[in-house]
Amino acid sequence: MMQFMLLFSRQGKLRLQKWYVAHPDKLKKKITRELITTILARKPKMCSFLEWRDLKIVYKRYASLYFCCAIEQEDNELLTLEVIHRYVELLDKYFGSVCELDIIFNFEKAYFILDELLLGGEIQETSKKTILKAIAAQDLLQEDEAVEGALRDIGLLRKHRKVSLTTMALDNHNRLT
Amino acid sequence: MPAVRGDGMRGLAVFISDIRNCKSKEAEIKRINKELANIRSKFKGDKTLDGYQKKKYVCKLLFIFLLGHDIDFGHMEAVNLLSSNKYSEKQIGYLFISVLVNTNSELIKLIIQSIKNDLASRNPIHVNLALQCIANIGSREMAEAFGNEIPKLLVSGDTMDVVKQSAALCLLRLFRTSQEIIPGGEWTSRIIHLLNDQHMGVVTAATSLIDALVKKNPEEYKGCVSLAVSRLSRIVTASYTDLQDYTYYFVPAPWLSVKLLRLLQNYTPPAEDPGVRGRLNECLETILNKAQEPPKSKKVQHSNAKNAVLFEAISLIIHNDSEANLLVRACNQLGQFLSNRETNLRYLALESMCHLATSEFSHEAVKKHQEVVILSMKMEKDVSVRQQAVDLLYAMCDKSNAEEIVQEMLNYLETADYSIREEMVLKVAILAEKYATDYTWYVDVILNLIRIAGDYVSEEVWYRVIQIVINRDEVQGYAAKTVFEALQAPACHENMVKVGGYILGEFGNLIAGDQRSSPSVQFQLLHSKYHLCSPMTRALLLSTYIKFINLFPEIRTQVQEVFKQHSNLRSADAELQQRASEYLQLSIIASSDVLATVLEEMPAFPERESSILAVLKKKKPGRVPENEIKENKSPTPVTNHNNDVNNSSAVSGDLLGLSTPPTAQPNSGNTGVLLDVLGDIYGGKQANNSNSATQPVNMYNPKKFVCKNNGVLFESDLIQIGVKSEFRQNLGRLGLFYGNKTNVPLQNFVPTLSWPDDQASKLTIQMKPVEPVLEAGAQIQQMINAECVDDYTGAPSIVLSFLYLNVPQKITIKLPLTINKFFEPTEMNGESFFARWKNLGSTNQQRSQKIFRATQQMDLQAARTKIMGFGMQLLDGIDPNPDNFVCAGIIHMRSQQVGCLLRLEPNKSAQMYRLTVRSSKESVSIEICDLLADQF
Repeated sequence: MMQFMLLFSRQGKLRLQKWYVAHPDKLKKKITRELITTILARKPKMCSFLEWRDLKIVYKRYASLYFCCAIEQEDNELLTLEVIHRYVELLDKYFGSVCELDIIFNFEKAYFILDELLLGGEIQETSKKTILKAIAAQDLLQEDEAVEGALRDIGLLRKHRKVSLTTMALDNHNRLT
Repeated sequence: MPAVRGDGMRGLAVFISDIRNCKSKEAEIKRINKELANIRSKFKGDKTLDGYQKKKYVCKLLFIFLLGHDIDFGHMEAVNLLSSNKYSEKQIGYLFISVLVNTNSELIKLIIQSIKNDLASRNPIHVNLALQCIANIGSREMAEAFGNEIPKLLVSGDTMDVVKQSAALCLLRLFRTSQEIIPGGEWTSRIIHLLNDQHMGVVTAATSLIDALVKKNPEEYKGCVSLAVSRLSRIVTASYTDLQDYTYYFVPAPWLSVKLLRLLQNYTPPAEDPGVRGRLNECLETILNKAQEPPKSKKVQHSNAKNAVLFEAISLIIHNDSEANLLVRACNQLGQFLSNRETNLRYLALESMCHLATSEFSHEAVKKHQEVVILSMKMEKDVSVRQQAVDLLYAMCDKSNAEEIVQEMLNYLETADYSIREEMVLKVAILAEKYATDYTWYVDVILNLIRIAGDYVSEEVWYRVIQIVINRDEVQGYAAKTVFEALQAPACHENMVKVGGYILGEFGNLIAGDQRSSPSVQFQLLHSKYHLCSPMTRALLLSTYIKFINLFPEIRTQVQEVFKQHSNLRSADAELQQRASEYLQLSIIASSDVLATVLEEMPAFPERESSILAVLKKKKPGRVPENEIKENKSPTPVTNHNNDVNNSSAVSGDLLGLSTPPTAQPNSGNTGVLLDVLGDIYGGKQANNSNSATQPVNMYNPKKFVCKNNGVLFESDLIQIGVKSEFRQNLGRLGLFYGNKTNVPLQNFVPTLSWPDDQASKLTIQMKPVEPVLEAGAQIQQMINAECVDDYTGAPSIVLSFLYLNVPQKITIKLPLTINKFFEPTEMNGESFFARWKNLGSTNQQRSQKIFRATQQMDLQAARTKIMGFGMQLLDGIDPNPDNFVCAGIIHMRSQQVGCLLRLEPNKSAQMYRLTVRSSKESVSIEICDLLADQF
C-alpha cells in the first residue's frame, strides 16, 4: 500500500501532497522536509529507490517537478514508478502538455485525477481512457453548472500559458524515452 | 495564469497569482493574513453568501493550508458544501474535508450524514465521491457507520463497475482500521469470485482487498488460489492487443499481474491440487521466457512494467522455494541484470538475489555471481546500490567462500561510505565467527576490523572476540601474541587497548617467556596507552594490572607504584581512585594463595548465539539480512573446553556488565565479570533484605526513583521488590529482585509488562521470564533490557500477579525507566552554556517552563542531591545567583541525541520554584520539565 505521495519542485517547494495514512500535521511537515532534502541531494543517475525508515521511497523527476511515493516493504518499486508515470500522463492529457503551473493553479483538479487513479493507497483504475472519461464527466457536470463557459476562459488565458510552457513545461521527450 | 477547466474560479486564480508574485516570505504572509481576514469576515457576516462564493473561499483556505499555514476555521462551511445540490461545490467540500479533517474530529458525525445521502444517490459520480471520502479518512466511526453498506455495494449485481472498484478499496481501507467489519459466511465466496469479474479494473481493486483479507484469515479465503492462477494464466498468455486499455506499453495488465502474484505469496504452493500447481508453474515459466524475448519497445515504461511482473514472479518462486529449475532460472535472469545499464535494475537484482541465496536450491547458483557482486560493492556510484551488494555478499557467504568474502569486505571497509561502515563491521564480525574453522583467522579478522574501522566497532563485537578467546584454549596464546603486536603501533584505537588489556590480563603469561614480551614489557606497553584512554578503559586496565600481579609476581612493585599514583586525587574519577586504592590494598594484604583464587582465570562463557546478530537485526527494521541457509549444513565446530559449566544465572550478552561503574550482578556466579573483581563498589543497597520486619508495610513511592537507580521499589507484608539499574547511551538494564517475605510459596508468579503500544516502539523493553513459583523466603531476579528508540513520556509498569494461599494478588509498579535515565551529563563552561541557552530559547517550541509552589520544605542541599541523581551534569559557578541550579545533558536515543539545558531557580521568600528546560525537541523539554517539577 502506498503511504503517501509528494510532488515538489526543484526549489524544494511542495506542490501536492496526498496521505493515505493518518499522521498529525507536524509529523507530515517533518517527513516532507526530510524527504525533499534527501531527494534533492541525490544525483541524476542514482537509483530511483531508497530505503527510508521502514518504508521504500520511489521517486522520479519530470522536468522541474519531483514525484515521490512512499511504499511498504512488499510493494513493487518498478510498478510504483509506472504509477507515477501514469499519473503524469493523465495530467498531461488533461491539461494538454502539463507544466508545474497547471498543478499550482489547478491543484484541486490534480487531486481529483489522483483520486481516480489511486484510492486508499491502492491502484484503483489503470486505464487512461476510463479515468479521463470519469474526469470529463465531472467537468461536464461542473460546466453545466457554471455561469461562464469554459471555452471563453481558455481563450482568455492562453497568452499566459505560452510563457509558462517555455520556462516550466515538463520535458516530454525525456519522459517518454 | 494557465487556463482553468471546468468552472474555473477567477478569484482563486487571482489570489494564487498574487501569492506567486510576492517577493518575500513576509509579503506572502501579509497577503495571506489579509485574505484570511477577508474570508473570516465573509463567513461571519454575510448571510447571503452563495454556494459559488463559499466554494471559492473554502478552496482558498485549502490552498493556504497546502502552502504550510495553519487553518483553524472554515470547516463548517466545507461541511455545508457537502449538502449542496451542485456537484462542483460538493466536490470542493469533500476535498477540503479529505485534506484537512483529522480522524478524531468532532465534525465526523456531521460529515457521516452527508456521506450517507450521497452513498444513496443514483448518480455514480456522487456515490464515488462519498466512497473516496470514506477511504481518505477511514476512521473507526466511518467503519461503524458504513460497515454494512459497503460490502453490499461491492457484490450487488446492480452496482456499476466504477462504483465497485471504489467500494472494494474503500472496504479495504476500513478493514485496515477495524478488522471486524468484513462479514464472513456467504460473503467470502462472493468476494473471492470478484476475481472472475469481466471488468479488469474491478478485478485489480478486488485483488488488493482479497490480499488483505487472506492475510488475516488464509484458510477461509483459500478458494482464491485457483481463481487467481486462472486469471494470471489468462493474462500472461494474452497478446498485448487482447486487453486493450489494460495493456500498458505492450505489457498486458502489469498491475493486476503483480497483485495476483503478490496474493499467491500468501500461500504455500498448492500441493493438493497438481493441476493448479502445474498451471502456476507454466505461468511463471512464461514470464521468465518473456524476459528473454527482445523488447517490444525501447521505452523505459515497457521495460519497467515487464520487469515489475518478472521481479514479482521471482518473489513468488523464492517464496514457494520448491522448484529448483525455476529458482536457478530466476537466478540466471537476475545475474544478467547485475550488469544492466539501468541502476534501478541492478539495485533490485541485488536485493532479489539476497533472497535467492537463502534457498538451498539456488544458493550455489547465486555464488557464481560472486565476482560481479564484489565489483558492485566496489564500483557502484550510488551508495544504496553498494549497500545492496554488501547485503548480498553477506547472504551468499558460506564456508567455501567466507575467507575471500570477508577479505574483500575488509578491503572495501577502508574506503567505504561512513553510512554503511557500522553495519559492515557487524557483518564481517558475524561471518568471521560463523565460518571460522581456524580461530586464529577469526582473531586476525576482528583485530583488523578494529584497526581499520575502530570507531565503528561496537561493544558487542569486541566483547564477543574476548568470549571466544576465553572459551577456546587453542587460540589463547595466538591471541595474546597478536594483540601484543597490534599494541606496538604508535596510534592504536582505544578498542584495541580494551581487547589487548583484557587478553593480556588473562593470557599474558602465555607469551611472557619471550624476552621481547616479558611481563615488564607488557605492562609498560599497556600503561603507555593508559593516559590516552577514557575512564572506562582505564578501569579495565587497572583490573589488568592487578591480574598481572597474580600472573607475574616479579613486577609487583612496579604495578603497586602505579596503583599508588592513581589512588589519590590524581584520579579525578572516583571510580578509578577507588579501584586503584582497593587493588593496592588487595595486593598488599592478600597472600599469594588468596590472590590466585580471587584473580583466577576467567571461566568459559556459556555458549550462546552471538549478540552481534541481534544488533544487526535491530539495525534493519525493514528487512532482516539473512545468512541462514548454511546453518544446518555446516556445523560450526564448537570446541568448548568447559562445556559443563552450567550457568543458570541470567547473563545477557554483555561482557563487562553494562557500564563503567562496575555492575553488581548479584549471584551471577562464576560468570562474575572482570570489573566485578571487588564486588559492588558503587553499592546500591542490596535489596534482598527479606527479613526486615521493621520496614514500613506497603511502601511504594515511584516518584523517588526518577532521581535514583537502585533501592527498594515496593514493599508489602508479602513481598519486597528491589531494583538495580544501569544505563549507558540509549541502553538500560534493570534487575528486579522479588523477595518472598512469607513462609509459604507464592504460586503462579507472573510479572507482565504494561506499556502502551504507541510508547512501546519508542522505548523497547525485553523481559526475561521468571519461574512461576517464588519459594518461601526466597528471592529471584528478573532482568529487563530497555532501549530508548525515540522520545517518550511516562514509564512502563510491571503488573505482578500471584497466588498467596490461593488468594489472587495483583500489584502494579512503575519501573524507574523515565526518559531522564538516558541522560549523559555534559560538562561545559559558562560561555558555551549561555550561548546554547540563548540559541535554544529562540522559539517557544524548544522550551518549557513551570513555576510552582514548593510541596516540601525548601532544602537546597536535598534539591542538589535530587538534581544530581536526575542524570544531567550540574554546572556550578555558572549562574550568577549561587542558589540557582544550572544543568546540561544529552539524552541518547537510537536514532538521535537531544541536547538539553535546565535551570531551576528557587525563591525562598515566596516558597516557589521556577524551572525552565530548553532542548532541541519540544516534547523532550516538556517531559523533562514535568518529571523534575514533580520532585520538589
